[in-house]
Amino acid sequence: MPAKIDPDQVRRIARLARINLTTDELEQFAGQLSDILNYIDQLSELNTEGVEPTTHPLKISNVFRQDQIGQSLSNEQALANAPRTHGDFFAVPKVLE
Amino acid sequence: MIQKNVTSLGYRPTIGLEIHVELSTASKMFCACPNHFGDPPNTNVCPVCLGMPGVLPTMNRQAYEYAVLMALALNCRIAEFTKWDRKGYYYPDLPKNYQISQYDLPLGSDGYIDLLVNGQTKRIGITRAHLEEDAGKNVHDLPDCTGVDLNRAGVPLLEIVSEPDLNCVEEVMAYARSMRQLVRYLGISQANMQQGHMRFEPNISLWIFDDSEPDGGHYTPIIEVKNLNSFRSLERTVAFEIARQAEEWQADPHGYRMDKMSKQNRGWDDVREVTVYQRHKEEADEYRYFPEPDLLPVEIDDAWLERIKAQLPELPIARYARFREEFGLDEKLTTLLTSERTTADYFEAVIQAGASPRRAANLIQSQGMRLANEKGTDVAELGISPQRLAQLCKLTDDDTVSASAAATIFQAMLESDAPPEKIASERNLMQVSDTSALESIVAQVLADNAKAVADYKSGGKKAKKARSFLLGQVMQKSKGQANPKVVGELIDREVLGQT
Amino acid sequence: MELHRLTIQQLAGELAKGQLSSRQATEHLFQRIERHDPAIHGYLELHQDAALAQADRIDKRRSKGETLGPLAGVPLAIKDNICISHGRTTCASKILGNFQAPYEAHVVQALNAADAVILGKTNLDEFAMGASTENSGFGVTRNPWNLQTVPGGSSGGSAAVVAADLAYAALGSDTGGSIRQPAAFCSVVGLKPTYGRVSRYGLVAFGSSLDQIGPIAKTIPDLALLLNIIAGHDRRDSTSADLEVGDYLANLDKPVKPLRIGVAGEYFQEGLDKEIAQAVRQALDFYASLGAEIVDISMPLNKYALAVYYIVATAEASSNLARYDGVRYGYRDKDPKDYIDMYYTSRAHGFGAEVKRRIMLGTYTLSAGYYDAYYLKALKVRTLIRQDFDKAFEQVDCIAGPVTPTPPFRLGEKIDDPLTLYLSDVYTVMANLTGLPAISIPCGFSSAGLPIGLQLTTKAFSEELLLRIARMFEQATDYHLQKPKLQS
Ligand SMILES: [Mg+2]
Ligand SMILES: [Zn+2]
Repeated sequence: MPAKIDPDQVRRIARLARINLTTDELEQFAGQLSDILNYIDQLSELNTEGVEPTTHPLKISNVFRQDQIGQSLSNEQALANAPRTHGDFFAVPKVLE
Repeated sequence: MIQKNVTSLGYRPTIGLEIHVELSTASKMFCACPNHFGDPPNTNVCPVCLGMPGVLPTMNRQAYEYAVLMALALNCRIAEFTKWDRKGYYYPDLPKNYQISQYDLPLGSDGYIDLLVNGQTKRIGITRAHLEEDAGKNVHDLPDCTGVDLNRAGVPLLEIVSEPDLNCVEEVMAYARSMRQLVRYLGISQANMQQGHMRFEPNISLWIFDDSEPDGGHYTPIIEVKNLNSFRSLERTVAFEIARQAEEWQADPHGYRMDKMSKQNRGWDDVREVTVYQRHKEEADEYRYFPEPDLLPVEIDDAWLERIKAQLPELPIARYARFREEFGLDEKLTTLLTSERTTADYFEAVIQAGASPRRAANLIQSQGMRLANEKGTDVAELGISPQRLAQLCKLTDDDTVSASAAATIFQAMLESDAPPEKIASERNLMQVSDTSALESIVAQVLADNAKAVADYKSGGKKAKKARSFLLGQVMQKSKGQANPKVVGELIDREVLGQT
Repeated sequence: MELHRLTIQQLAGELAKGQLSSRQATEHLFQRIERHDPAIHGYLELHQDAALAQADRIDKRRSKGETLGPLAGVPLAIKDNICISHGRTTCASKILGNFQAPYEAHVVQALNAADAVILGKTNLDEFAMGASTENSGFGVTRNPWNLQTVPGGSSGGSAAVVAADLAYAALGSDTGGSIRQPAAFCSVVGLKPTYGRVSRYGLVAFGSSLDQIGPIAKTIPDLALLLNIIAGHDRRDSTSADLEVGDYLANLDKPVKPLRIGVAGEYFQEGLDKEIAQAVRQALDFYASLGAEIVDISMPLNKYALAVYYIVATAEASSNLARYDGVRYGYRDKDPKDYIDMYYTSRAHGFGAEVKRRIMLGTYTLSAGYYDAYYLKALKVRTLIRQDFDKAFEQVDCIAGPVTPTPPFRLGEKIDDPLTLYLSDVYTVMANLTGLPAISIPCGFSSAGLPIGLQLTTKAFSEELLLRIARMFEQATDYHLQKPKLQS
C-alpha cells in the first residue's frame, strides 16, 4: 500500500501539535502513521450519506449551572504546581507582541 | 483624516467589524469563579479555568440567556440546536490551549441593526453572534519573563460579526457605539471600555471602481486589525487603513488587489498612530475545530425563547423614534436622553410624575447631565427622585421659580431631600409676580432712568434696547426674584399706557 | 483463608465481627506489597501514612459503635489517572511527574464517603494509551500469572494488584477496553459502566466521549458493591446521567430467566486465538445449560469499529493533551529559547512515544482538509454501529464474545508495531463507541496457563442485568478462584 504521509507532512502535523521530533522520529512516525491510516481507510467502503454524526453516546441536552459564585483557589494554591512563577503570576519566557 | 466623497476618490471602503463583549454574569462561563475585574492576579481561578487535568466545564445558564437576548435584539435567527466546539491554538493565556466556542452552529445568525448616521437610517447586517470563553492576560512589563494572569480566563464572551456593510469611519463608529449602547440597554454587559469589556477587530478593504472590470471594480486585500480596545483606536485605525490602502493602490494599481494578495493581519501602534504588519502567525488558521465532548448541546424551545423575549426592553432606536414623536424633542436632545436606558427611563418617570417633556428634557440636559458628569455617575443615580424633579419642572413652568433659579434649586436638591418648593422659599428663590410688590420698584426705576424711558417711549431704534435695560434694572433691584414677564407688563403699562 | 485472599464482602464481614482491624488488614497488604510488588510493579505510589491513619480512624469509629460506610476499612487501589488531593497524580507520564491535584475525583470522594482505605496509585499506560502497560513513563507492570507477559492495559497496574492480592479491589478507567482487557489478562472481573453512569470529574481525560471509570475486583458481588458506591449523578460532569441508581447487590444472585444471549459470527473470525474461541464457546454452552437461549446475531460493522475508535479517541486526545505545556503545572524543559520553544521541547521530552503517536494521529485527522474524510466519517459510522447494537438488543438481552483476540502476550512483543497492538482492542472498543456497559469475567486458561476472559454487553444503564448475568456464570464456575503463584 502507498505511504499515506511522508516525513514532511509529519513535520507539519508535529508543528500543529507543538512537539519537536527528531529526524528518526519523523521517519518512524511517517511509516507507522501511514500503516494506521491505511487501516483506517477501510471506512471509505461504507456509505454514510445522510447519516447523522454521533458526538455523544448520550442523547441529552441543556445541562446548565446556575450563575452562582463558588469556591476559587488561593493564589498560592493556583501557583503551587507551576514550573516557574513571578510574584502572583505564572511566568513564561518573554512573549513578544 | 476626514472621509471625502467616496466616488470622487474612486473607491469605497468596505468594512466588517467583529466585536467581543464580556457579559456581566456573576460567575464565569464554565466554572463558578467570580467574573470580576481588578482583583489580584490569579485569585479568581479554580482547577476548571486553570485547565488542570481531569476537570470539566459546566455551562452558565445566565450567560447563555444573555447571549440569546442580544441575538434577539440584533434581529438574529436563533438556533434551536447549538453545540460547543473546541478551537485549538497554543498561547500562554489560553489554559487548555483550546477555546470553547461555537463554530458551525452559532446561537444567532442573519440579523441586522439599524444605525442613525447623519440623520439617515442605515441597516447593517449581522452575520453571526456566538458565545465563547475569554482568555486570560499576558503581562509584558515584567523583567525577563511574561506573566500570565488567568482571572479573566473563562469569562463569558459574546462575539458579534457584522457583514462588510460599513462604508466609512462614521458608520463604523456609529455601529460600534450602537452596540455598546445596546448591550447596556439589555443589561448584559457594563461595556466598560477601561476594563476591556469590549474589543474590536475591523476587517478593512477598499472597493476600487473600475468600469473596465467585469464586476465594475475590485477589492484591495483585506486587512484585519486585532484587539482594539477603545473607540479612539478603532476610529484612528479605520481612518489610517483607508488612507494607507488608497495609497498602496495608487502606487500599484494592478498588483494591490485581493485576488493577488492574501489577507493580512496588522496591529495598531497607539504611540505612532499607524498600523503595522504582523507576521502571519504560524498556522494561525489551523484551529482544528471539533465538537466539545465535555459539554452537551443546547436546544431552545418556544417556551424558553418566549421567556427570554419577554425580557427585551424597548430598544434604543425605537425609543428614539418614540421620544421624538411623543415628546416633540429635537434630534440632539432625544439622542442625549436615549443614550442610556437609565436616563431614558428616568426621563419618562419624570414625565409620568407630571412634568412637561420639554422642561424635563431641558433640566435633565442642562443640569442633570452636567452634574452627573461631574460626579461620574448617571442622571438617574443623582439621588433626585422623578417626583421631586417633576415638582421642580412644574414650579418652573408656572413661573413660581425662574429658569435660573431652577438651576440653583436642582443643584441644592442633591444635598437636600426637601421638596423643591421648600428649597426655593428657604433660599428666597420664589419669583415675585405680585404686581403691588413690584409696582414701587418699577416706579423707582422709571423715575431714576428718564433717558431710557424717553428712548423707549419714542419707539425709535433704541426702544427695544431701552426696554431691556429698564427690565434688567427692575430684576436687579428685586434680586432676581421678580417674574420678568410681569415686570415687562408693568413697564409697558407705565411707559406706553398699555395694559 | 489467608487474609489477603478475602473478597471485599468477606473482609467487611470479618471487620464487622471485630475479629480483625482495618489496621491489620492494611498493614498486611503493605507487607505483601513490599514483598511482591517489586517484581510486578503494579503501584506507582503508596499512600502508607494516609492509609494507616484512615484505617485507625475507621477502627476507632467502629469501636465506638458508629455507623460506618459499606467499604469501612477496606484497602483499595486507584489508577493513577484519577485525581486524589494528596500525593501525586501522574498518569504515568513524565509531563505530570510532580503534579499534585488540589481537588479530588468524584469517585474518590465517593470511596471516602464509604469509609474505604486507599493504598496508593497504580501503574498504567501513559495517559491510559495502550493495551499492555508497557507505555508507562515509570516502568512496565508485569502480569502476576507470568512475569514475562504483559498484564494488559491501560489499567494494567489495577488489574495486576487485584490479581496478586495486593489490593482488595481497584478502580480503573476504560476508553477502549482499558478495564476489561487487563481484567481478562489477569483473571479478575472488570466492569466498564454505561457512559454517564459514573462521573468523570477528576479522571484525567483521554477520549472524553469514550472514557468511563469502573471497578476491577475479585468477584461480581464486589464489583456490584463498588458500582453502588461510585455510580450516580454529579453536577460537575455535564455528561453524567441524572438517573436513578439501583442497588446492584440486591438481586445479584437471582438468575436471569428467560435469558437470550446474542453471539455474532463476526467475533469468531480470523485473528481470534483458537483457545480463546474455544473457551468462549464453552462459556456459551454453559449458559445454554443454565437455560439461556443462544441467538445468532449479525454485527456487520464490527470490523470497522477499531478504525472509528482510533480516529475518535486520538482526535479527542490530541485536544485533551494540548494543556500539557509546562505553563501552569507539569514538566517544562530547561531553558527554552523562547515561549514557543517552551511548548515544543517540553512536549517533546515530557510525552512518551505512544502518546506522541496518538497526538499526531488525532491532530492529523482534525487538520484542514482531513476532517470530513476521517473525523466526520468516523462519527457517522459511530452512529451506524450504535444502530447495529440497538437492533441486536431487540432480539437479545445480552451480547457475549471474547474480550481479547489473544492471551497475554510477551513483554516487548508488540512494542514496535503499534497497529498490531491496536488490534488487541478489537473486541472492546464497541462498548465505548456506543456507550454501553460491558464486563469481563474469567472463563478459562490457555494451555500455557494464561487467563482468558468472557465479555458480556447489555443495554445502556442496565448494569443490574449485566451483573446478574455475569454472576450466573461465576456462581457455577471456579475460574475466578484460581490464583497466580507468586515467587517472593
Ligand atoms: Mg472569537
Ligand atoms: Zn474557575
